[in-house]
Amino acid sequence: MPAYDVLIIGAGLAGQRAALAAAQTGATVGVVSKVHPVRSHSVAAAGGINAALNPEDSWESHAFDTVKGSDYLGDQDAIEIMCREAPDELLWLEHAGVTFHRDGTGHLGTRAFGGASAARTYYVADITGQAILHVLYEQLLKHHAQLDRYEEWFTTDLVVGDEGQCVGAICRDLRDGRLELINAKAVILASGGAGQVYRPTTNGLIVTGDGIAQACRVGAKLMDMEMVQYHPTTLSGNGLLITEGARGEGAWLLNAEGDRFMEEYAPNKLELASRDVVSRAEQTEIMEGRGFPDGTVALDVTKVPRRRTLEALREIVNIGRDFAGVDITREPIHIRPGNHYIMGGVKTDVDGQTTVPGLYAAGEVACVSVHGGNRLGANSLLDTLVFGRRSGESAARRALRMPMPSTPSACLTDTQRALAAILRRRGNGSRIGAIKKELGDTMNEYVAVFRDAEGLAKAHQIVRRLKEEAAGAAIDDHGSVFNQDVIAAIELSYMLEVAETIVIAAEERKESRGAQYRTDFPERNDADWLKHVDISLDGGPEPKVSYSPVTITRWQPEERTY
Amino acid sequence: MPEYTLRIRRFDPLSGEAAYWDEHFIEMEEHNSVLDGILKVKDEKDGSIGIRCSCQQGICGSCAVRINGKPGLACNTHLEEAAHRGHGVGWNPPAPDDTSSGEGLKLPEIMVEPMGNMPVIRDLIVDMDAVHWRKIQRVTPWLINREPVPEREYIVPHANMVDVTQPMSCIQCGACVSDCLSMEIDPLFIGPAALAKAYRFVGDPRDAQHRERLFDLAEDPHGIYDCTHCFNCVDACPKGVDPMNQIMRLRRIAGTDYDIEDRNNGYRHEHAFVKNIRRNGLLHESDLLADSYGGKFNPAAGRELVSSLPTGIKGLARRKMTPKTALMHPHKAPKPVSQTFDRIEGRDQRVELNLYVSGYEDDEPADETESEERR
Ligand SMILES: Cc1cc2nc3c(=O)[nH]c(=O)nc-3n(C[C@H](O)[C@H](O)[C@H](O)COP(=O)(O)OP(=O)(O)OC[C@H]3O[C@@H](n4cnc5c(N)ncnc54)[C@H](O)[C@@H]3O)c2cc1C
Ligand code: SF4
Ligand code: SF4
Repeated sequence: MPAYDVLIIGAGLAGQRAALAAAQTGATVGVVSKVHPVRSHSVAAAGGINAALNPEDSWESHAFDTVKGSDYLGDQDAIEIMCREAPDELLWLEHAGVTFHRDGTGHLGTRAFGGASAARTYYVADITGQAILHVLYEQLLKHHAQLDRYEEWFTTDLVVGDEGQCVGAICRDLRDGRLELINAKAVILASGGAGQVYRPTTNGLIVTGDGIAQACRVGAKLMDMEMVQYHPTTLSGNGLLITEGARGEGAWLLNAEGDRFMEEYAPNKLELASRDVVSRAEQTEIMEGRGFPDGTVALDVTKVPRRRTLEALREIVNIGRDFAGVDITREPIHIRPGNHYIMGGVKTDVDGQTTVPGLYAAGEVACVSVHGGNRLGANSLLDTLVFGRRSGESAARRALRMPMPSTPSACLTDTQRALAAILRRRGNGSRIGAIKKELGDTMNEYVAVFRDAEGLAKAHQIVRRLKEEAAGAAIDDHGSVFNQDVIAAIELSYMLEVAETIVIAAEERKESRGAQYRTDFPERNDADWLKHVDISLDGGPEPKVSYSPVTITRWQPEERTY
Repeated sequence: MPEYTLRIRRFDPLSGEAAYWDEHFIEMEEHNSVLDGILKVKDEKDGSIGIRCSCQQGICGSCAVRINGKPGLACNTHLEEAAHRGHGVGWNPPAPDDTSSGEGLKLPEIMVEPMGNMPVIRDLIVDMDAVHWRKIQRVTPWLINREPVPEREYIVPHANMVDVTQPMSCIQCGACVSDCLSMEIDPLFIGPAALAKAYRFVGDPRDAQHRERLFDLAEDPHGIYDCTHCFNCVDACPKGVDPMNQIMRLRRIAGTDYDIEDRNNGYRHEHAFVKNIRRNGLLHESDLLADSYGGKFNPAAGRELVSSLPTGIKGLARRKMTPKTALMHPHKAPKPVSQTFDRIEGRDQRVELNLYVSGYEDDEPADETESEERR
């Protein structure tokens, strides 16, 4: 049985950053990822990463923008840490080799992003996530002596010891189907978001909420699960993202009548208001009949000089060409709000510690909460890195103080049995693909930009039914080499559990704040709802709701206009 | 909606059976991707088809396969484009609307098979660790920081960072490795993707070991001079990384900026080419070898000439040369050729076209200094 001081599940930005930090702190480290690390969905992040690095900028300004963006649901102590540590984190990346684009003087260059009062988004063309992810992987290769990589290994379960602390994880080697219990003094979940719960989504097929469900199963608390971000500019149909960087570089939003409608909704920040605000504006235009017949409005990138587009927005030029047949440098492209990000996740403190001892979480899987009701563009990469590093360091410190915990004897056989049961299924149940599609469509219809009690109840009912159906879904593959069918069945169970917690939290919060807009409770209500909605199993089979206070340090809630 | 025949190459290592073609009919829009097609079959009919995939937008690099003979990403290849690709070439079937075979009109056919040059694990999944990632590790794939590391950022020209964005945009999909001709002959060749990665550091002014990296890659018999300019990697790459061009830049920097004369004779061979064209206007092959070793009367050239006699004899037999042309120059370079050489060599700076940024058929009259990256 392999054993590490720190075991990290996930090798996106959060996981890789945590691994490097833990190794640097002196711990032995194992990193597990169900895909090769550079395939992690962080690779898709386009626009950039925020940091108040310019002397004229300040971390306070960045923090205030983040607090306001969060609709005052973000915890201000955590936001303060993130924004204070951002400049050093950015310089660490630069020194590690990220090829950030420069300004005319050779210093790091910036672009404007939504909800920000200064241009503080650092970028590599529009492949920022890819550039950072690949450079972190370079560092992982450089430090190979201190880090064991389990590439294409799938974590099925977290393992909890006698005292309720996390002592490792059970993982399956996709290449040969072997199950292994990996023992650890501390486990860091860095397994990303849950975009596949929705359809369409900007998230990849691997983003199935595994970590959120796994943590919930071992008793960890989830927080802010109702806060699901719809990004203002996604392609209709396949949901692909057109980065906010496009608007940051100067692109306009136009309705079918050719009006720059953001003048109505956010006269100061226009296209660069917070994402929740822009998405609601677009959805309102569409619902009130000023959209195009395909249920979209237009993004006009021709407002950006063509050379600049080709140099700095090349990836979306390709996306427009390959996936929409539109040359965005010459004509507007049709877009609409689409599922993009989950602000909620596994509840942690500012060092990544969850409510289960020995279990840490960082990145999109976690909820610190720095994003509260609405994440600002380019704050997520920052979140993954700052809290990835902090978790790595604190998990390593914990590990170095303690002996290797023992693991419960039955855990491996339990998982083996569960897997064998899936493998025994034949081709007669519902198809996994069909269940997934119905789930995605349901969430996209009832738990999207606008929500109400009736729709949420309907969604809840459908999700419950799908959970039952999923338990007997058909399996075609009974082999052990790269059996993706079995993995899909397990992922589906995670997705359904995550979906249920999203719906429960959205039903619970009877007000409108950030991404949660209840048409039956259209106002923000600080008196009753300036608090987090927490969800946990609490020993039982059904998720239960509780509340926790929002940490407010220096910014009192105010009305939010852009 | 149009119909397509999707033929997927299947292989299950545990079955003990050989690989086979698995045929499915799909009805989908022309602009749906080959991956959409495969996932539809997987979702609706057969969940056991193995293919790596995630982002569906050509950025995660998981789904590289060969489609009708050409390597590329399944997610950004449209069905319609794929169906019309490579028909009648090699073993590919005739075009779908070609009824000359007398069998009537066939459905457009799309054959999907795993990438080449890498062992197949299962179906469309190949072992990238055994080949691709091992080669990446060969090029010391991390920044070796120039000292002293500044307190804040390194101050470097924007143009350099845009320049290395081209190799940086490689998504490690392996499509170029799949069809690299040199690698087929010499499996030890470092290969297009890894060498493009190497340029990412050599082109990065923050790296301290440009010379060491170049020396290493030039001296390795499987290094930069092992590429045969076949352009397959350029064709294959879905991200415009243009690996061959990165290799050529490594050669130019090694040979011209650092004067690295490698033991593989690559550098001299390249110069012999240039000299040969400048002199003859056309490639005069029988001179090439001798020139590469310092001219016909150089003792090293003598040895090489003797050892390459079999090649020479073959050349004679195939009429690539005659005894007469082997000794004399039948052709002199016309004026425009030497003028071109003079113009290019007369520049005080070497100018490198960065097609990554300026490669679009730009209708705006591009200002030369802006559209070309200077080194
Ligand atoms: C299209 C797009 C564009 C974006 N652009 C920006 C931007 O410009 N700026 C910004 O700040 N943010 C952006 N974001 C958000 C940001 O990219 C993500 O929130 C962030 O990258 C998440 O990183 P992560 O490390 O938490 O997770 P991921 O990168 O998703 O990594 C998850 C890891 O966990 C592993 N994993 C998951 N489940 C398992 C399992 N069961 N077993 C083993 N391993 C597992 C995966 O293999 C993977 O390695 C964007 C997001 C998208 C989708
Ligand atoms: S051009 Fe060179 S590197 Fe590229 S495929 Fe051909 S031989 Fe390989
Ligand atoms: S160079 Fe192009 S084809 Fe080769 S691995 Fe990189 S992205 Fe793929």
